[in-house]
Amino acid sequence: MVLSQACLAAIFSTSMAAAQPADDSEKEIERYRAMINDPMANPGYLAVDRGEALWAQKRGEKNVSLEACDLGEGPGKLEGAFAKLPRYFKDTDKVMDLEQRLLHCMTSLQGLDTKDVIARRFGGPGRESDMEGLVAFIANKSNDMTYQPQASHPKEVEMQAMGEALFNRRGGQMDFSCATCHAVEGKRIRLQGLPDLSKPGKQAQETLGSWPTYRVSQSQTRTMQHRLWDCYRQMRHPAPEYASDGVTALTAYMVKAASGGVINVPSIKR
Amino acid sequence: MMIKTTKKMLAAFAISLIAATPGLAQQTAANVDPAAVDKMFGQMFGKATPEWQARVTQDETQKICSQTKNEPSPADFDRIVAREKANVVMPADGNVMGDWKAGRNVAQRGTGGQFSDAAGTFQGGNCYACHQLSKAELSFGNLGPSLLTYGKDRKYDPVEARNAYAKIYNAQSVMACSTMPRFGHTKFLTEQQIKDVVAYLFDPESPVNK
Repeated sequence: MVLSQACLAAIFSTSMAAAQPADDSEKEIERYRAMINDPMANPGYLAVDRGEALWAQKRGEKNVSLEACDLGEGPGKLEGAFAKLPRYFKDTDKVMDLEQRLLHCMTSLQGLDTKDVIARRFGGPGRESDMEGLVAFIANKSNDMTYQPQASHPKEVEMQAMGEALFNRRGGQMDFSCATCHAVEGKRIRLQGLPDLSKPGKQAQETLGSWPTYRVSQSQTRTMQHRLWDCYRQMRHPAPEYASDGVTALTAYMVKAASGGVINVPSIKR
Repeated sequence: MMIKTTKKMLAAFAISLIAATPGLAQQTAANVDPAAVDKMFGQMFGKATPEWQARVTQDETQKICSQTKNEPSPADFDRIVAREKANVVMPADGNVMGDWKAGRNVAQRGTGGQFSDAAGTFQGGNCYACHQLSKAELSFGNLGPSLLTYGKDRKYDPVEARNAYAKIYNAQSVMACSTMPRFGHTKFLTEQQIKDVVAYLFDPESPVNK
């Protein structure tokens, strides 16, 4: 009796000891997040300013700015545009995300050769990204609004379904899909918490509502394009094409799950 | 044998439970043509080298697990297990136990196989990303079950060690659509590395069993 009680106590304390450090570090991470989540101290807002200047800058063969670009809410209308992307655009007969639409406007409106813009798609030491600036600037114009996934056009519904299929598509040497890590609540890789993005709810809302974000560890403002590029790297897949339809489909699927989530960007993360 | 049978029964029971729950059965993505998904995926990785393209071309098992969100029908479950079981190559010398210290290294390291890795980068099993293995290592994930005292719990039974080798070589030879990578089948880990991980699990001196 005494022995079995002691055994039980040992088992219990072992499992508690195992759970404790993870909980403590989770709390520490939360504290760190709250500490760095200060817009006045968030370098992501430098990208917003850069994006604002780029939006108004005359460029390309036609020497015009992007100010007449229609992001879905009408030419030049930025407020709330990000909250409804990706969405269907009649002029291209395609569902596009913000990056795809911006590249389209650069080509069609400005007559800009986007080769250099795409080469600098991800910022790094000594390399500023126009796209990361523009996306941060435009997404910021939807702050305090909620995600409103668009599904009135059949192509929008199809894009969300394609995104769901891609999200669950296992492949590569590790047999990984997005769902391997992001389809169950309360899971971690090492100590890193993993949001469940496979169903509508708070985790998808909080995740999507905080991208684009300033990544402290990378000293760069990053967009969902970069996050998915990084996910595929970790999934032992090749690098996905920037602004490809597959990335848009995955974004459409995740935004659908994030429906009603409040946008507050650029946020700041590890 | 006993454990294997129980596992299989449990899996079959879980599947029948899922199948009996309306709305949960066969959650395939709504009305998408698998060929259209493949096409979009192909464009997404269109500029990758032929070697990379080959790596992400799905085999039959990956296709079924993707389309059913890892909940294959009982018939597909059996087909997958049978096919993956046939893929398992046990060590020619019959010995599945390597060096537990080398195994610890394989379990700890998560490098290799990423497009950002230089050629020849050490390929680790990264077991700790998903499993608890020793009391000393507190940074462990929980996508997989805890493997603390794994060998000790199995009384260091050589048959169980062989089962573990097969499981690491090809997790789906035991459990269809397991989320665990098929480390040996896809040649991510070498035979020696898998032996070393088995030793990490089954050597009485290993921190796993302390």
